[in-house]
Amino acid sequence: MPAGIERELAIDGSDQRSVPAVSPAPAERLGEVSLHQIAKAFGATRILRGIDLDISPGEFVTILGPSGCGKSTLLRIIAGLSPQDAGTVTIDGQRVDRRPPSERDIAMVFQSYALYPHLTVAQNIAVPLRMRRLNWLQRLPGFRFLPSGVSALTDEIRHDVDRVARMLHIEHLLDRKPGQLSGGQKQRVALGRAMIRSPRVFLMDEPLSNLDAELRVHMRAEIAELHRRLQTTIIYVTHDQAEAMTMSDRVVVMMDGEILQADPPDVIYNNPAHLRVAQFVGSPRINLFPGSTTRDAINVLGERIPLKTALPANTSVQVAVRPHRISLAKDSAGIAGRLVHSENLGSDLLLHLEVSGCADRIVVRTEASTAAMREIGSTVPLSLPPAAVLIFDMDGRRIAASEAITA
Amino acid sequence: MTASPPQSWRRSATALSLAAPALILMVIFLIGPLVCVILLSLTNYQLGGSTLQLIGLGNYAELAQDPTFQRSLLNTLIYAAIVVPGSVLLGLGAALLIEADSSLRSFYRAVYFLPVMATIIAMAIVWEFMLHPQFGIVNLTLKAIGMQPHDWLHDRTLALFTLCAIGIWQSLGFNMVLFMAGLTSIPSDLYEAAAVDGAHGGLDRFRIVTWPMLGPVTLFVIVITAIRAFQVFDTVAVLTKGGPSKSTEVLLFTMYSEAFSFFRTGYGAAVTVVFLVIVLAFAALKTFFLDRRVHYS
Repeated sequence: MPAGIERELAIDGSDQRSVPAVSPAPAERLGEVSLHQIAKAFGATRILRGIDLDISPGEFVTILGPSGCGKSTLLRIIAGLSPQDAGTVTIDGQRVDRRPPSERDIAMVFQSYALYPHLTVAQNIAVPLRMRRLNWLQRLPGFRFLPSGVSALTDEIRHDVDRVARMLHIEHLLDRKPGQLSGGQKQRVALGRAMIRSPRVFLMDEPLSNLDAELRVHMRAEIAELHRRLQTTIIYVTHDQAEAMTMSDRVVVMMDGEILQADPPDVIYNNPAHLRVAQFVGSPRINLFPGSTTRDAINVLGERIPLKTALPANTSVQVAVRPHRISLAKDSAGIAGRLVHSENLGSDLLLHLEVSGCADRIVVRTEASTAAMREIGSTVPLSLPPAAVLIFDMDGRRIAASEAITA
Repeated sequence: MTASPPQSWRRSATALSLAAPALILMVIFLIGPLVCVILLSLTNYQLGGSTLQLIGLGNYAELAQDPTFQRSLLNTLIYAAIVVPGSVLLGLGAALLIEADSSLRSFYRAVYFLPVMATIIAMAIVWEFMLHPQFGIVNLTLKAIGMQPHDWLHDRTLALFTLCAIGIWQSLGFNMVLFMAGLTSIPSDLYEAAAVDGAHGGLDRFRIVTWPMLGPVTLFVIVITAIRAFQVFDTVAVLTKGGPSKSTEVLLFTMYSEAFSFFRTGYGAAVTVVFLVIVLAFAALKTFFLDRRVHYS
């Protein structure tokens, strides 16, 4: 397949000129989206509380959050499917708040695929083009048999459909109805319908959540590859952190109608701005220890961790460490936990420890060989490397800390 | 898992015994009478008569020659040809309008459904009053706005169409409720996809989503309405009795008068068989041909 990409890119590039653009100047088709103070409430429930977000042209942005955090509502507001209560949506410098979805030059992929069940795959993919290139009368069944130039237009549409079908490897399905397709095939058809008219922005609302695990991993790679090829802005909504981390240029973590952090995946993971971000991203979940500040360090369950913060001494803080960054100590002088359960993942071992003073169990991810002989009930001494420790205040906000140079 | 012969025998015996009550009732109440009617239609039996003779297809030969029956069949076809599209399209229109806005939805639904629940005989009497040539509200209204009053039920050219109008009024509500059920089952995703794909306004939406998605409901509604239209009897019996001069003679009324006014049971049975063939043809058309075209899989 890699050999074919170049060729298809060329086909794609040359064809784009024949696609009539909705915006007056095709040169402006960049796909820059900015949201300013978007708010939405359903009755008394505030779904979105002042969302600000700037998405640069061609960026793959994932909106990640638990269900009910308002991420789908935000996407629907960008699409124009539901109006916001306040705030503005701007696409390529134009405010689109009052425009219907079809005039925003976006395409959307729905979680349920939303294919028209009475149309074949080819007809489904062709719908956006027929809606734009043919008028009301020309779309009547049988009209193409009249001498009206419509048959040339429909041939052109058919040609475009074939091109998109080739890109998605669904050429052999074009004459089938959606009811005869598997979930993954429906997904490709839905992608095809979105791609066919080269929109400025793709909006995807949990497009992979109805697929089985294996197919989801496969489609993840395929969508990311598609993005690299098309270079079109993608706004992708998901609750699956793996999708967010693997595909996107930038992850926007949303909770309770607010954006907690919008950063590239590695920053989200290694440098979370909020405890809830740290807890939502990463599996197993990040470990939490109670701590308090001293004059030049953090005290965690009696162990001194040489980290300096701007907080006054004796302030309570929450200390978070990812499971794989906790190391097993040799002596039992510091923090220790009682092993209650262990999970063998093959390459790694997950040790579930009860540590007195911690509300939740502490999970340590360690290489299978180093922990092989530990028995359930035995005491496991731990050490927290200062570089691995993230410090949050009691409200969950991240506290900057620097390693204190100790003599 | 393989079932040994005695086991499979016991299973089919159980199945048979469970199905038997329904099967027996079906034979007694549905298939039995049907067979009786078909057999009767081959005789010259008269109600209360002590003898009967098999006359083969004699009754059918007479039907083919009978101007009353021909008139009756034609009238029934005209009635169905007006009532079916009328009540289906108006029912769909009413359903779309009521679904479009949630205010007063249940009120409208109840109002439109009222004629379905009301006894049609009682309603026919109300219609008779309303259509009375002298003091009926229809003619009074027409006179008030300066239009020509008509004798709706006793004018040979008008009577059948008046009955058609009442027929539409009666079945519109039922069709509307079926369409409303069909409309609520259309996933909203499809409308949203259509909006993103460029469907502007209601007409585009209707063409690309609503109409195709209503396919199964529409087919069902058409077939049900057609069968009910062929069954028209109550309004004819109460309002016109087939007149004036057989202008509203319809199949079931012909069957009724042959069998119970003229006591020609055998001949009436032949009319019934013709009626049944037409109704069965509709059901067969739906099951074997049209169903496949509206269920998209």
